[in-house]
Amino acid sequence: MIHIATQNVARRRKRKEQSEYFFDYSLLFIVLFLLGFGLVMIYSASSYEAFEEFKDTAYYLKKQLVAIVIGLGLMIFVANVPYHFWERFAMLGYVVSAAMVPLVLTPLGVESHGARRWIRIPGVGLNLQPAEVAKLCMILFLATMVCKMGKGVRTMKGFLIMMAVPLPIVGEVYLITKNLSSAIIIMGISVLMVFVASPDYKKFVIIGITGLTAVAVLVFVIVSASMSGEGAGHWRSARIVAWLDPESAAQGKGFQTLQALYAIGSGGVWGKGLGQSMQKLSFLPEAQNDMIFSIICEELGLFGAIAIIIMFVMLLWRMMVIANNATDLFGAMLVVGVMGHIAIQAILNIAVVTNSIPNTGISLPFISYGGSSVMFLLIEIGLVLSVAKRIQLKEL
Amino acid sequence: MLTDNNKIFHRKKILTVFLICAGVFVLLFVRLLYLCVWQADYYAARATQLHERERSIKAARGRILDRNGKVLADNKTVCTVSVIHNQIEDPEEVIRILAKELDLTEEYVKKRVEKYSSMERVKSNVEKSIGDRIREYDMAGVKVDEDYKRYYPYGSLASKVLGFTGGDNQGIIGLEVVYDEVLGGEAGMILTVTDAKGIEVEAAGERRIEPVPGHDLVTSIDMNIQTYATQLATQAMAAKEADSVSILVMHPGSGEILAMVNVPEFDLNEPFRLPEGTPETLTEAEKQNLLNGIWRNGCINDTYEPGSTFKIITAAAGLEAGVVTPASSFSCPGFITVDDRRIHCHKRAGHGAQDFIHATMNSCNPVFITVGLRLGVDSYYSYFEQFGLKKKTGIDLPGEAGTIMHKKENMGNVELATVAFGQSFQITPIQLITTVSSIINGGRRITPHFGVRILDGEGNVEEELEYPVTEGIVSGETSQTLRGILEKVVSEGSGKNGAVEGFHIGGKTATSQTLPRGSGRYIASFIGFAPAEDPQVIVLAIVNNPKGIYYGGQVAAPIVRQLFENILPYLGIKEYNGHE
Repeated sequence: MIHIATQNVARRRKRKEQSEYFFDYSLLFIVLFLLGFGLVMIYSASSYEAFEEFKDTAYYLKKQLVAIVIGLGLMIFVANVPYHFWERFAMLGYVVSAAMVPLVLTPLGVESHGARRWIRIPGVGLNLQPAEVAKLCMILFLATMVCKMGKGVRTMKGFLIMMAVPLPIVGEVYLITKNLSSAIIIMGISVLMVFVASPDYKKFVIIGITGLTAVAVLVFVIVSASMSGEGAGHWRSARIVAWLDPESAAQGKGFQTLQALYAIGSGGVWGKGLGQSMQKLSFLPEAQNDMIFSIICEELGLFGAIAIIIMFVMLLWRMMVIANNATDLFGAMLVVGVMGHIAIQAILNIAVVTNSIPNTGISLPFISYGGSSVMFLLIEIGLVLSVAKRIQLKEL
Repeated sequence: MLTDNNKIFHRKKILTVFLICAGVFVLLFVRLLYLCVWQADYYAARATQLHERERSIKAARGRILDRNGKVLADNKTVCTVSVIHNQIEDPEEVIRILAKELDLTEEYVKKRVEKYSSMERVKSNVEKSIGDRIREYDMAGVKVDEDYKRYYPYGSLASKVLGFTGGDNQGIIGLEVVYDEVLGGEAGMILTVTDAKGIEVEAAGERRIEPVPGHDLVTSIDMNIQTYATQLATQAMAAKEADSVSILVMHPGSGEILAMVNVPEFDLNEPFRLPEGTPETLTEAEKQNLLNGIWRNGCINDTYEPGSTFKIITAAAGLEAGVVTPASSFSCPGFITVDDRRIHCHKRAGHGAQDFIHATMNSCNPVFITVGLRLGVDSYYSYFEQFGLKKKTGIDLPGEAGTIMHKKENMGNVELATVAFGQSFQITPIQLITTVSSIINGGRRITPHFGVRILDGEGNVEEELEYPVTEGIVSGETSQTLRGILEKVVSEGSGKNGAVEGFHIGGKTATSQTLPRGSGRYIASFIGFAPAEDPQVIVLAIVNNPKGIYYGGQVAAPIVRQLFENILPYLGIKEYNGHE
């Protein structure tokens, strides 16, 4: 914070009358960098398949570019609206997202990659993932609730209410759209927000330990079941087995993971050079999407990967600074929610690609191909910028 | 507005969240470091394996040379024609042209063309001129690769010895099998990088792993002797309307085989061609049986009752044990009674009184039965084993047949009596010539062989091949005595048709009736060596089922005589003093 203050000393002298308020250029720069870098990598990873399928190497690039342009427009709009404006839509948002998820089962629903997770917005021709809407609405709703409850948050009752709020949506997302990763993300965001809102640590440590133990037991049960040949048919347990030994499941659930590992391994420390990936030549499924990080590793090596990780850490750090200096709790909670969203998604994605956790479809924020994902992320960044804008420079 | 108090705990919490996230990112970084540095080679190798399509480049197979450096098996350039499914633009055209040029059915080519694989071989060992012609069509998806094919300049000569190779240049029979590793070399590879659909990535280029050519094998075969022996065998087979004629020529001191003839031979350049007049209706299994019969090397793969030539072994055992000396006197009334069985001599009238030398010259059965009985089952059997007759000779050709002999515990005097003159058991011709060689060469049991040395590509000696020798299977004295007796057999006895003017030849004839007895089928054979006092070459001629006269002395001995007349001067063996 100190260096930002010094940075701004010169600026303040120059435009004394202009703005008394803060605009986080570093955050904006990081986001733009990630978006630009993502476009380059999407082009690199997808051009081969895009040409094979659509006879247009830039097919995916163009679609992503359109989404980004729309997203940036939305971001600018949101950034310029005082964020308290959105407070009144919190309840509405919760209801709308709860209502939207089941829509995938109606004729509006669109099936893709073997899962029914999208709805087509009539007239616009845009596919929307209700889970993305739910993430944004959950952040808004919980931030509003924390402010409404005030000190009530600190009681056990308040804590339980807060933890119960996301459960219906999480359940819907998991059960209706069979989308475990989005359910985990929504739950994760909520837990993080509650964690920040409540002064207590003990409860969360217990939750954390209980959660880890439950996961360990689950893995153990699945592994021993698959050893004895039972229950191996269930696809989620097959994923766990594939995770522990991808090479033995090379023809099944381990295929994508193994291809990602091949890509990462063949990139080595320095990478093969931009555009030189072999794995993107139809070997690695979803190369431009969930698995784009492994193509980054293959082409740009360990150093390219580190650069991306550092950019994400810096992004989180900027959001931490904004959250810490937010003019009110509502703003801080909004930023914490966005921060949690981006952090969880980036961490889970990299963990999946490196086979640190079982394979589940999670995209890398700002970089992976996916229009609705990037648009909602940019709206969230708009919120963060809006919060940042309210910070008076004196406060810094 | 956050209150100060609130602010502090919220800030702490937010910082905690940030630090946890940063911590997890550090863990992920460590994981990446592990994958990109420690595991990189492993995964990169696996990935390369996945990306590269390999085409093998045949290694030039080593040549097979005779003892004077003549090339018996060579290579010539041929082509392999393959198709790549994904690259074929006009399948109809490809099928039509390949079927026409390669003389294949359209269905066969169609199956190859329509098979979804990165590369499918249509035909290998295609003549270079045809390969060049196919290349000129310049059809997309058709690849013509050059490689080598085995070529045998002498055609059918020593066919059952040399053997031939299959489509992958692997040895199928003969020396080609036994020395496959030496001759084979290591195939090279052209590695082409492809995408998941098998399409070449041009920018990635090709990687070549050069083939390592095989080593040359120098054999003990003398092409001149082999050629001449083949001529004699062919003539004899025609003259006597025999089923087959085998001639073995060996150096008795070392076991080096100078010639091994088994007529009828077959054309090594077309080993799979069936004889003319073969019915078209044969099944694959029947065809294979027929071919296996054609490829069979009678000297090694088949056993027979040696008959009287085996008396050499009985004589050696008797002399070695001291139960008989050259001067021992015998009387042959034309038969001998063993236990309650009467066994006739081939001369029903009997040979009368004779010493052991004359008994051998006469090939008198009762005398050799007497010698066998004097030795007894135990002693005879132990000599049989001592001479190496129970074991295979260890010749460097595949499929050597073992000896078929009575079990010792089942052997009574009658069995002993028949074995003593060469009946009721079976050995291979190579076993007979090896054992006789070992007895007349001073008692050194040698290993018959063809492979002499291995040369590298520049003709430098890479390895001299050595073979086991067992010393002292008989004493030098016994060996010498026996050589003297066998010389008499040729100079004055039953083997006189094997005599060559100017040379001392030792030898023994045999006429064995094939089983079942009374079939009228005989095997006439003669084993002869020269010079008798210091054998440099030993020859075994076997005529299988001759028509008309079937005695070994009349059918087989003249073959050996003609061979000796030509090869003794050629081998530089001097005539003895009396005729100089």
